[in-house]
Amino acid sequence: MNNLDLSIDELHEQLVAGKITASDLVEHSLDAVEAHESDVNAFVTVNDRQALADAAAIDEQGIDPDNPLSGIPIAYKDNIVTKGIRTTAGSRMLENFNPVYDATVVNKLNTAGMINLGKTNMDEFAMGSSTETSYFEPTKNPWDLDRVPGGSSGGSAAAVAAGEVVAALGSDTGGSIRQPAAYNGIFGIKPTYGRVSRWGLIAFGSSFDQIGVMTRRVKDSATILSAISGHDEKDSTSSKREVPDFTQFIGQDIKGMRIAVPDEFFGEGIDEGVKLQVEKGLKQLEQLGAVIDHVQLPYTKYCVPAYYVLASSEASSNLQRFDGIRYGFRAEDVKNLTDVYVKSRSEGFGPEVKRRIMLGTFALSAGYYDAYFNKAAQVRTLIKQDFEKILSDHDLIIGPTSPDTAFKLGENISDPLKLYFKDVLTISANMAGVPAASVPAGFDDQGLPVGMQMIAKRFDEGSIFKAASAFETATKYYEQQPTFKGGAR
Amino acid sequence: MISKDQVAHVASLARLSFSDAELNQFTKQLDQIIDMENQLSEVTTEGVKPTTHITDEINVFREDVVVDDGISRDELLQNVPETKDGLIKVPSIIDKGEVDA
Repeated sequence: MNNLDLSIDELHEQLVAGKITASDLVEHSLDAVEAHESDVNAFVTVNDRQALADAAAIDEQGIDPDNPLSGIPIAYKDNIVTKGIRTTAGSRMLENFNPVYDATVVNKLNTAGMINLGKTNMDEFAMGSSTETSYFEPTKNPWDLDRVPGGSSGGSAAAVAAGEVVAALGSDTGGSIRQPAAYNGIFGIKPTYGRVSRWGLIAFGSSFDQIGVMTRRVKDSATILSAISGHDEKDSTSSKREVPDFTQFIGQDIKGMRIAVPDEFFGEGIDEGVKLQVEKGLKQLEQLGAVIDHVQLPYTKYCVPAYYVLASSEASSNLQRFDGIRYGFRAEDVKNLTDVYVKSRSEGFGPEVKRRIMLGTFALSAGYYDAYFNKAAQVRTLIKQDFEKILSDHDLIIGPTSPDTAFKLGENISDPLKLYFKDVLTISANMAGVPAASVPAGFDDQGLPVGMQMIAKRFDEGSIFKAASAFETATKYYEQQPTFKGGAR
Repeated sequence: MISKDQVAHVASLARLSFSDAELNQFTKQLDQIIDMENQLSEVTTEGVKPTTHITDEINVFREDVVVDDGISRDELLQNVPETKDGLIKVPSIIDKGEVDA
């Protein structure tokens, strides 16, 4: 049996019926890791021994028939802290960091009986769109090993696509769940800002960061998102709103759903192959009864500049804590305290992280604050209003997730600006704090997965699950599996 | 146009150091990125309030009490690069200059 073929519900049914055990599932996952990791490198740390012990404990206890997540393995992006399991954020700075507590999401999924299979690779401190800025070597795309998996949650996406796990958590600051989900042909959702506690997520841009779920099947994400959502007193930005059972939206009719399609999402710089598939997807949704309107989001072109000012500013502030004193990398051969700071940071951080810290420090520095930080924050207001206006009379905004499909390793890494524009279609949802997902929408002429993005009103993840599940049922793109072609070996 | 001196100044604010070659490369790259960010000046933002957070919550309060998470002092110190007698050890804060002399 291959985990790839089954949904969490189907696995749960088999677990309850005693046809398989949690230990079997963990062993299947570890076999897949064994088979693919030398090609894919999706994991920084495989939690094999602990996962087997946890599975044995759950088998001993018996599977809870009312809890669909009991005994199901999951992987966590390596910026989500896990007690006693090293958490690196893809950085040399945290190469040996061993957290003393679990993130709230980990706590919740542990309680639900999910088994932590390991920690997935990522761009350093979640800064990047290709997982190439990781200190622990890049992750490869299971559809084509010469290509990137996207980023920054590239390890989580590749682990799911490669069938190493049925689900993984990621984090999304400017598209870091959705773009890799698109590149790997899986579903990935960034919920509303505030829906999921960020306690235990290593901070990048605190007003943008949000933890979300990546799975092959839409309903699997709905099940897991229901389990990780909700207020947490340890994260004062987490929302007190009631959390619906998101699985109730699965399989609902989408007749009459109002969908806005922004012209700007199909403009210059968007690959023809991507456009074609997303347009095909929109026709499909129309056939299912959705009503499509063409709209404008005129501030779209300012998303990238505003985001790189704001997110970098927040990053430069958040990353001040890495000073070589209390935890993390400390440089050798230092003469005084300033030396500890400067050398530890200069040797512990990679070039992309330094670039963002520099950009942020510049935007916040005396004489530049108004022209950069404050201006960008004002533009953020306008972008947010653009979205609120369109979403006031539409259920969803739909367009491509990424302007392209997975690109070749090394192709863009030396040109930061070119890489920044890969986020052009995903950033706006973080700017506005609204939920957004990438849904598999077929393949381009090179056989590479294309993602269709669905964006909804704040706290209306339900509309996304409704449309994504209807689309999934109609298209069944999840049935196609990666080929692991190419690669240097 | 951002100058190499400005980049070096920002680096010192950020507690980062670069070699001369790195500084040249960073100056070039940051200049390109800041040039891209300068597009923002095209947008009319007079009277627009800046958005610096996006949460619905306002003034979240909690009791100011000690919460025992059951984490011991030893556990808390396990990630500290250098400790002494259960305390965090740092190099001398006052630079007496003799090492540099």
